[in-house]
Amino acid sequence: MSKRVLEVENLTVDIPVGAGMLHAVQGISFHVDRGETLCIVGESGCGKSLTSLAVMDLLPKKAIRTADTLELAGENLLGAGESRMSDIRGNTMGMIFQEPMTSLNPAYTIGNQLEEALKRHRRVSTREARDRAIYLLEKVGITAAESRLTQYPHQLSGGLRQRVMIAMTLMCGPNLIIADEPTTALDVTIQAQILLLLADLQREFDMGLILITHDLGVVARIADRVAVMYAGQIVEQGTAEQVFNSPTHPYTQGLLDCIPIPGKTDRGKPLGSIPGIVPSLVGEFRSCHFAERCMYAMDDCTKADIDMRDADSSGHRYRCLLDPATCKTNAIREGVA
Amino acid sequence: MSEIVISAKDVTKTFMISAGAFRGKKPLHAVNGVSLDVERGEVLALVGESGCGKTTFAKMLLGLLPTTEGTIEFGGTPVANIERLKLASLVQPIFQDPYSSLNPRKSIGSIITLPLKVQGDPNPSTWRRRAEEMMELVGLPPRLYENFPNQLSGGQRQRVAIARALINRPEVVICDEPTSALDVSVQSQILNLLQDLRRELNLTYVVISHNLAVVEHIATRVAVMYLGRVVELKQTASLFDAPEHPYTRALLQSVLTPDPSMGVPDTQLGAAYPNPVEPPSGCTFHPRCASVMDHCAHARPATIVRSAGMVECHLYDENEGRGRIAS
Repeated sequence: MSKRVLEVENLTVDIPVGAGMLHAVQGISFHVDRGETLCIVGESGCGKSLTSLAVMDLLPKKAIRTADTLELAGENLLGAGESRMSDIRGNTMGMIFQEPMTSLNPAYTIGNQLEEALKRHRRVSTREARDRAIYLLEKVGITAAESRLTQYPHQLSGGLRQRVMIAMTLMCGPNLIIADEPTTALDVTIQAQILLLLADLQREFDMGLILITHDLGVVARIADRVAVMYAGQIVEQGTAEQVFNSPTHPYTQGLLDCIPIPGKTDRGKPLGSIPGIVPSLVGEFRSCHFAERCMYAMDDCTKADIDMRDADSSGHRYRCLLDPATCKTNAIREGVA
Repeated sequence: MSEIVISAKDVTKTFMISAGAFRGKKPLHAVNGVSLDVERGEVLALVGESGCGKTTFAKMLLGLLPTTEGTIEFGGTPVANIERLKLASLVQPIFQDPYSSLNPRKSIGSIITLPLKVQGDPNPSTWRRRAEEMMELVGLPPRLYENFPNQLSGGQRQRVAIARALINRPEVVICDEPTSALDVSVQSQILNLLQDLRRELNLTYVVISHNLAVVEHIATRVAVMYLGRVVELKQTASLFDAPEHPYTRALLQSVLTPDPSMGVPDTQLGAAYPNPVEPPSGCTFHPRCASVMDHCAHARPATIVRSAGMVECHLYDENEGRGRIAS
């Protein structure tokens, strides 16, 4: 059996808006293997959430999705109809969203919702579904699991709710979990626990995990591979070590310079910043998307689209005209490498 | 010795929470006997998990909530005795979400000049000029004066909120999670701006944040709160370099620095945050504490003065704690 769980090639999402066409996601490609964590990181509006919605076919109705390849465990999802997609979602592909309060139904008990997740996709008895629910609640670290089944979401804390959500996505034993900002609404202490749990479960059940986040700290600690997105494109892609230890794209370098790092950044000293704002993605746009805010921008940057290129021979890729050696020198000067 | 601007003594805030139909009400001590001084020119950070009482405490500093017990003094006068308008000219807030803290139907200009109007400023002819000067100071192009909040980005909106807070030149600014709704690149711009403004206008900040990396960067002193009490209060350097309270240590451990060579930390804070209506006995942190001792469940720890601040933990009791167990 192949290890590849998800293969995405040249995915685009266009959304018609009043002023024209919003090119929210512009030809991005990535893949996830079993037992592998891919983190998609970027700031708001970079298209990271739309990317995950596009994979799950949950885009807003008017949005237009195109791709060369979109395969989940060898099955082509591009031609899959709505009924086939509902069979896949929650079954072979699990989802965890940011706010567990809004993704759980407040009117049904935890047990009810967990059992439904399994019964929707498998022919099982209520008894079997209940047993699996208890087994998984214990797996995600919830004590007194049996008594929790009769509780309602409002009776649980934010951290517990997110654990229930994780248990729910595991009910059918998915190959792939897509988690969109799973810990953003939680306290730092709970965030660490939930991430630890996700990493453990992913290893145990040998699943692929796509984690979407804006938090570089989370990415560095949990990712096997990282895709940095900016304005609808992946601007840098590589292993966590490659991206964090030798950031190559000026945007990645700028981001890492923006965050105060305990023990590294001088207390009270001004932080680095990226001047300007994200460009509008409405209309045709033939240029490096980051050129306007880039301190190394040259004339050629605004003349054509920039292609991804290799930073080295081991799969570290980035989207910039500067050659890898120059980028490395810049990173060292900025103090981020 | 620096001047004390705000002095809180044994401040308690109790809310009565309904325990369910026919069951009467139970007290919730959101803030439970907090004493701390805010010195002029410092950046005091309040950190802790949600529900620890940091926002409630800030609201009392702003005079938005009365204290149940204890007093808060501003420059020597109890806050309760200061007239509302006068207090508003001394303390101003900056809130977390610049999308909901600005009135969407008011222009940027009228949002920034509103405090002048409220204070009955005698020179309306100078308002526009002063607002534009303030906009320049916080890094907003003055041409946005006639624009509306929905035409601005998140970072720009937070700059408007800062301009509004500073137009009357307050002495203290309470920043409640000032950057947590912003993107990383914008967050650093706002943090740099807050630092510059503090130096230029000689401001005092009380910053509430759950982002410890941010706190370490901008604060001069840090108060760690747990279940309504300050459990450790130190100068920033000594708190981050040598945390004493086990809760502070666990909090610091859970900070995720962008270092791919380290995995996700296991903070050992097993049990969830306790129900504040029925707080644990003794030291309220004992059910989650990694260094818990027998008497932690019975005796409330006293406030122990340390060289750089204070800590509330039995580990540092004289003739007690580790020393006694070892002997």
